[in-house]
Amino acid sequence: MKPARENGRAFGFLTPALLVMTLTGVTPMAIVAYYSVHDTFAGNSFIWIGATWFRQVLTSPDFLGALARSFGFSAIVLLIQIPLGIFIALRMPAKGFLASLYIVLMAIPLLTPYIVVGYLWKVLSLPDIGLVTAAAGLTGLDWSMNNSIVVWATLLMMDAWHWTSLIVLLCYAGLRAIPDDYYRAARIDGASGWAVFRFIQLPKLKLVLLIAILLRFMDSLMIYTEAYVVSRGGPGVSTTFLSHELVQTATIQFDLGEGGAMSVIYFLIVLTVSWVFFSLIVPKERGAA
Amino acid sequence: MGLSWMAWTWPTAAFFVFVVLAISSMGLWEYRSPGGNPRRGVFGLDTTRGDRLFISMLGSAFIFLAWLGLYGTPLWGGLAIAIVWFLFVFKKV
Repeated sequence: MKPARENGRAFGFLTPALLVMTLTGVTPMAIVAYYSVHDTFAGNSFIWIGATWFRQVLTSPDFLGALARSFGFSAIVLLIQIPLGIFIALRMPAKGFLASLYIVLMAIPLLTPYIVVGYLWKVLSLPDIGLVTAAAGLTGLDWSMNNSIVVWATLLMMDAWHWTSLIVLLCYAGLRAIPDDYYRAARIDGASGWAVFRFIQLPKLKLVLLIAILLRFMDSLMIYTEAYVVSRGGPGVSTTFLSHELVQTATIQFDLGEGGAMSVIYFLIVLTVSWVFFSLIVPKERGAA
Repeated sequence: MGLSWMAWTWPTAAFFVFVVLAISSMGLWEYRSPGGNPRRGVFGLDTTRGDRLFISMLGSAFIFLAWLGLYGTPLWGGLAIAIVWFLFVFKKV
């Protein structure tokens, strides 16, 4: 326990951050929550209607469909990118010129703006001139963006292209932090490559993997720009994710109440997931320190 | 008394009053009898009293949403489940 005076000073240092948070985070969120329980005419007279919007959102097939698609997308993204990221990180050279080169190459997709990634993959999957379309054509596949499975495959490849590097870099850093003694001990015991991975590398990577899963999950759940550029939510609503549904409701149909209710539910989901990961990560860090 | 001068309604005000009361009574409780170190509960999580308040509130938000989605209004049934959830979290988690 610190002396009381030091605690007081700590609050002083926290004040600017708290003020900024209040202005940029808490106040807009409170306004959204306010919208979610009111109906509005002309945007300036509000009438209390209780949970009506929430009831409407929770029973709307559009919302539930978008929710299911978002969770499905995130699940597939994690299933592809986490193993792939670990696999690549394990095969990167430990030191030397090549190590630096690969790290730089890996960082390039991460530095590419979302909208550029979207256009890149839209062009790649264009009929007639798209590289992906042509490559799929060679194997006899019809890469038509009117087929929802093809659109999903394109979005998943695009996301893997954009973000697997993040997992590679995190895992690579985690792997480099394992002392050589562990490997030496494994060699003396005659451990197989799989045993080294299963009992040394994977346990040591647990913390970075948790962080990687959290980052990738939240980011893929919030996917908007790239998917919008590639498919505009189509064909039909097959790639309309939660963020598209929310923007459509709140800023195109201008349904402030319904959009507010959706945002509150979205926020609760994000809060829950972040909290679960936080409470998984923090005790581990405390244990490691 | 109307609250329209700051664009509030009684239900929104009641919500914030509830949050303030919850936090300040937690503070008073901690002052009177400190809760001490985190304990390991039934979910295998290490929680302090503040964590348990957070879990109860977040959980009751989902309970109310589920009640609304599956049953609809009125919300009294959801409230009953939420209170049971609060008691469970503070006793066992």
